[in-house]
Amino acid sequence: MANITIDGKQVTVKDGITIIEAIDQVKTELPRYCYHPGLSIAGNCRICQVEVEKMPRTVIACNTRVAEGMVIHTQSAKAKESQQVVLEFLLANHPLDCPVCDQAGECKLQDYYMDYGLYDSKFNEQKVKKTKKAVSIGPTIMLDQERCILCSRCVRFGDEITKTHDFGIFNRGDHAELNIYPGQELNNKYSGNVADICPVGALTDKDFRFKMRVWYLGSQESVCPGCSRGCNIKVEYEKSRPYHLKNERVMRLKPRENMDVNKWWMCDEGRYAYKSIDQNRIQKLISKENGVSSEISWQKALEKIAGLLKNAKPSSWAVLASPQYTNEELHLKKKLFKDQLKWTHIAFYAPGQEGSEDNFLIKKDKNPNSAGAAQILNLNGAADMTPVIEKAKRGELEGLIIFGHDLEKIYGAETLKLIRQKVKTIIYEGTNNNPTSAVADMVLPGVSYAEKEGTFTNFEGRVQRIRKAVEPIPGTLPTWDFLLNLSGLLGLSYKALRPEHIFEDLAKDNQAFQDLNYKKIGHQGMVWNKK
Amino acid sequence: MSEPILSRNFNIPDAHKLSVAESRGAYETAKKVLATSKPEDVINAVIASNLRGLGGAGFPTGKKWQFLPKDNPKPVYLVINADEGEPGTCKDRYILERDPHQMIEGIIISAFAIKSHKAYVYIRGEYVEPYRNLQAAVDEAYKKGYLGKNLFGGTYSLDLVVHRGAGAYICGEETALLESLEGKRGLPRLKPPFPAIVGLFGCPTIINNVETVACVPHIMKNGAEWFVKLGTPTCGGTHLFSLSGHVKKPGVYELPMGIPLKEIIYNYGGGIKGDKQLKAVIPGGISAKILTAAEIDVKMDYDSLKAAGTMMGSAGIMVMDENTCMVKMLYYATKFFSHESCGQCSPCREGTGWAHKIVTRMYHGEGTLKDLDTLLTIARNMEGRTICVFADAAAWPIQSYIGKFRAEFEAYIQNGKGKDLKPQEAVLQHG
Repeated sequence: MANITIDGKQVTVKDGITIIEAIDQVKTELPRYCYHPGLSIAGNCRICQVEVEKMPRTVIACNTRVAEGMVIHTQSAKAKESQQVVLEFLLANHPLDCPVCDQAGECKLQDYYMDYGLYDSKFNEQKVKKTKKAVSIGPTIMLDQERCILCSRCVRFGDEITKTHDFGIFNRGDHAELNIYPGQELNNKYSGNVADICPVGALTDKDFRFKMRVWYLGSQESVCPGCSRGCNIKVEYEKSRPYHLKNERVMRLKPRENMDVNKWWMCDEGRYAYKSIDQNRIQKLISKENGVSSEISWQKALEKIAGLLKNAKPSSWAVLASPQYTNEELHLKKKLFKDQLKWTHIAFYAPGQEGSEDNFLIKKDKNPNSAGAAQILNLNGAADMTPVIEKAKRGELEGLIIFGHDLEKIYGAETLKLIRQKVKTIIYEGTNNNPTSAVADMVLPGVSYAEKEGTFTNFEGRVQRIRKAVEPIPGTLPTWDFLLNLSGLLGLSYKALRPEHIFEDLAKDNQAFQDLNYKKIGHQGMVWNKK
Repeated sequence: MSEPILSRNFNIPDAHKLSVAESRGAYETAKKVLATSKPEDVINAVIASNLRGLGGAGFPTGKKWQFLPKDNPKPVYLVINADEGEPGTCKDRYILERDPHQMIEGIIISAFAIKSHKAYVYIRGEYVEPYRNLQAAVDEAYKKGYLGKNLFGGTYSLDLVVHRGAGAYICGEETALLESLEGKRGLPRLKPPFPAIVGLFGCPTIINNVETVACVPHIMKNGAEWFVKLGTPTCGGTHLFSLSGHVKKPGVYELPMGIPLKEIIYNYGGGIKGDKQLKAVIPGGISAKILTAAEIDVKMDYDSLKAAGTMMGSAGIMVMDENTCMVKMLYYATKFFSHESCGQCSPCREGTGWAHKIVTRMYHGEGTLKDLDTLLTIARNMEGRTICVFADAAAWPIQSYIGKFRAEFEAYIQNGKGKDLKPQEAVLQHG
């Protein structure tokens, strides 16, 4: 350990770390462009200048290691001057096209000018013109060479993280420019991250570009539901201008740092999968009676379902739960269908739905909560839905409650058709329209992960919270809320009012979740107690 | 100067050929050292000789060699920096072209001293004739068993590869040179780690200048004491001075360290061309700060020149007579540096180009007095804030030309000079 002083504050840090790492540990502000904790040190932007006592000149914090007794100043006149003059160089040839730049509002050139610049520009010459301005370099990213400050973060991301070696810096001096290699395009499974790590408006995300100025965005912490990794994300939604983009609320997803799960990154598959939150949503509660569909209230629907279930023979009804749902919701399903109603046909695993996998973040299980579902429902290896489906096909089931699954996608249109013929009552609960919801007798509009609270358990047993970013669409009801109400009508009483309370009940009920609560899970999740 | 040492074969016809070189004593010292000395003996002799790096930095060579890690399991490389690109300098060229065996012998002894079995010569791309002669000399040495396996029939083996650069000045910076040698863009590396610890291909590496290693056989042959006596108390031996500009006899002169600059210009160079008045001298290549005519009473060695506020650098002496336009001189200096900045660090990338644009404007009669202060600010802001010393080198001409000839710059601006320059001269660097 080394005892150092940062801006008059004495701290003890690990030996051999860099000054910038120490500064980040004590949460002092220091500008940086090329430095990124997930990438190698480039030391080229030169903005992270600090004054170290007994050193003749200011040094860059990212490539200077701490030493016992080091006295570091980030705010001294000498340090500030160095930071300021470097910023002036960085902005010398920058086009300053902020009014038409989509990075405005989250641009580190803008931010640092306000924090460390505030000089009167001395640059009075013709700026260097570069060739590629607003040029597509792949399916997801646009490049603007003039805005680029050549920090090389994207180059290093391609070299070190994805190892796809997409970017290079070409030419020399002030004509150096960032580009992808000739004849190539930026198209890897993690392309979107380069827009996140680009500190300026050089690399922007096509999907988000010009959709909304970032100062109109709200941000909520969540977890990507795209696979069992459970990458920590921020759901960014429009917060103040509902008239701006009708029916579109969630604008983009951004990765959120979690060193135990996804570090600073997320895959493109997860990043661009948010559209189902606002598109093709089930918004009306529909009930079919004698071939006639009508919209009914939740109160009526709940009474109707409770009536059906009260009289149902436990062996003639089945429920298809889903690992797309939260631990809390799965817990309520278990309590209601397994413990209270004593149903025997409960399954959640949809076979043959695995996707691609890699050695980095992407898992082949495209469900966010398979581990939680298996632990909570505790089906002793009988999680596969296929036996239930077979039973339904043979006409041995009277009723079927489906949570989220599209049977046509999993088993084919013929099977769905056959089940429709053989099963008298099909109740569908879910968020988006699909062929299965289209044939159900009752369709219950649920809410997406961005509209509710809860937890997912990732493939390693890490329990992580999702949080409500936007209000549920009017008429929709979170599944936990629906199940709480239904349970009440079926004689189960909970004191739970919120998912947090359901989780407390789960923690009492299931050993794996013992001693966990929302506070402990916090922002970074916690691994459960399963041995 | 009594007896030439490094330049003794420069005027011998075909001295780059092995037979001629051998008739002049080439490889005798290497044979003897490999047969009778231990690596430490060589290192000790080089330390005792006060040999300093003759590429420009003047770092004690033996001390540099000692930076190599002890008990290191990786191969050690010796890299010879023959990327002589400093404007005003052509000394290494003479060795490479006219007496390459002198350098090869130096490489053999130096590599033996640092226990390296592979050496590279990184030669400037534009040096075509020197490259041909050097490569032919290497081939001949291989054929004769002076390079390759079991040198001179002994136990020590050494491979030597000649690699041609592609024309970037920055590749003369030793870590950029290593990057280039590894097949990457020539960008200077962050230090630490220094090349002696992590150098070429991640292995401990010593980088020496052509002339530096060429001195080693002479030290081993005549003894460290002899070498020390040739120079000053802190800097042994002789040095090849490249003399150019407005002198009657420009050329490469081998002279002892510490010789007065005046003597080089007026005795060896024969004085100013056309017997005009001397205006200024750059003593060590374009990067060195300029000396006015009043300041040339200085000895040519690392310490004396440093004390005079400039540097020995590559010992490329550029002499300017009374008619030289300092604005034009600065125009050429900033043009060079903006063209050669690698573009990695923002202060240098943006600062060199910015400065050149201002000077170009000034040169073409559109400068303002305020520009002079802006230039000095840019220079000060670039200095010491980058990975390598290129930005410092780019700042020094700006600071010294304007600092020492400010009245001339002001007059140039105020009298509207330069407005009648031909259009082709007005073309910007990349334009």
